[in-house]
Amino acid sequence: MSAEAVTTPHADLTEDDVRRIVKEEVASALRKDPGMRTGAIVASKGTLDWAYPPLILANAAAAVGMEVSVFFTFYGLNIVHKDFDKKLKVDPVGNPAMPMPVAMPDLVTAMPGMVSLASRMMKKRFSDHKVSSIGDLIDTAKEMEVRLIACQMTVDVFGYDQGDFLDGVEFGGAAAFMAHARKSNMTLFV
Amino acid sequence: MSEITEDALVDARELMCPMPVMAATKAARRLEPGQILKIMATDKGALSDIPAWAESNGHELVEQSTEGTDFVFVVRTGEPD
Repeated sequence: MSAEAVTTPHADLTEDDVRRIVKEEVASALRKDPGMRTGAIVASKGTLDWAYPPLILANAAAAVGMEVSVFFTFYGLNIVHKDFDKKLKVDPVGNPAMPMPVAMPDLVTAMPGMVSLASRMMKKRFSDHKVSSIGDLIDTAKEMEVRLIACQMTVDVFGYDQGDFLDGVEFGGAAAFMAHARKSNMTLFV
Repeated sequence: MSEITEDALVDARELMCPMPVMAATKAARRLEPGQILKIMATDKGALSDIPAWAESNGHELVEQSTEGTDFVFVVRTGEPD
């Protein structure tokens, strides 16, 4: 076989051309990497303060073009329960980071009524700062097609049924979450 | 002041993170590629959030300015990919 028979149509490409083309193709492939466009978040806490981070991050991920699912498990189920507004509370006991108007010892913050007082204070503080409510964040997440998945096992263990949860909430198990999480570059446990 | 006329305006003033980018996303989805979206915000977080949001979505940040307490961003929408 003669040397001419193996010449390629782009034999005039220099090494620099090839390097540039490969670089561009790799960059383009990375931009299309599905892992960069997929996110999976676990929401495991059921207090008012901890309801914000998974919802804020899920919304932000959707805004930057990611397909996100949030897996609500254990106390995190509170966030997508129909009574989330009543269920999500904050307790100053054991939470030294919580800002209080005046310094209060645990003996005071442990008194009856303090949980609902602290919860009202936190809601007011957030709304004074124009931070969206949990309800608004859930509505926006749904509008952005964030998948809200309640952990079926904890739904059963806590004695709930599927009808106790907000419209649009899906139900799934740990394996269903993993199937999604393994494709996601971003996986968060909250 | 911007010389560019916008095709859509998002007034996200007074809204806090993540709502300015959520409002911008909703507005950008209604525009064609190459159209101009103007976003106004007062949340200081928007100063990093809007440019990051634009870059992630392939939009071009054409202008950014501060008018009093308002942060103003002018974005040209990119091709969806």
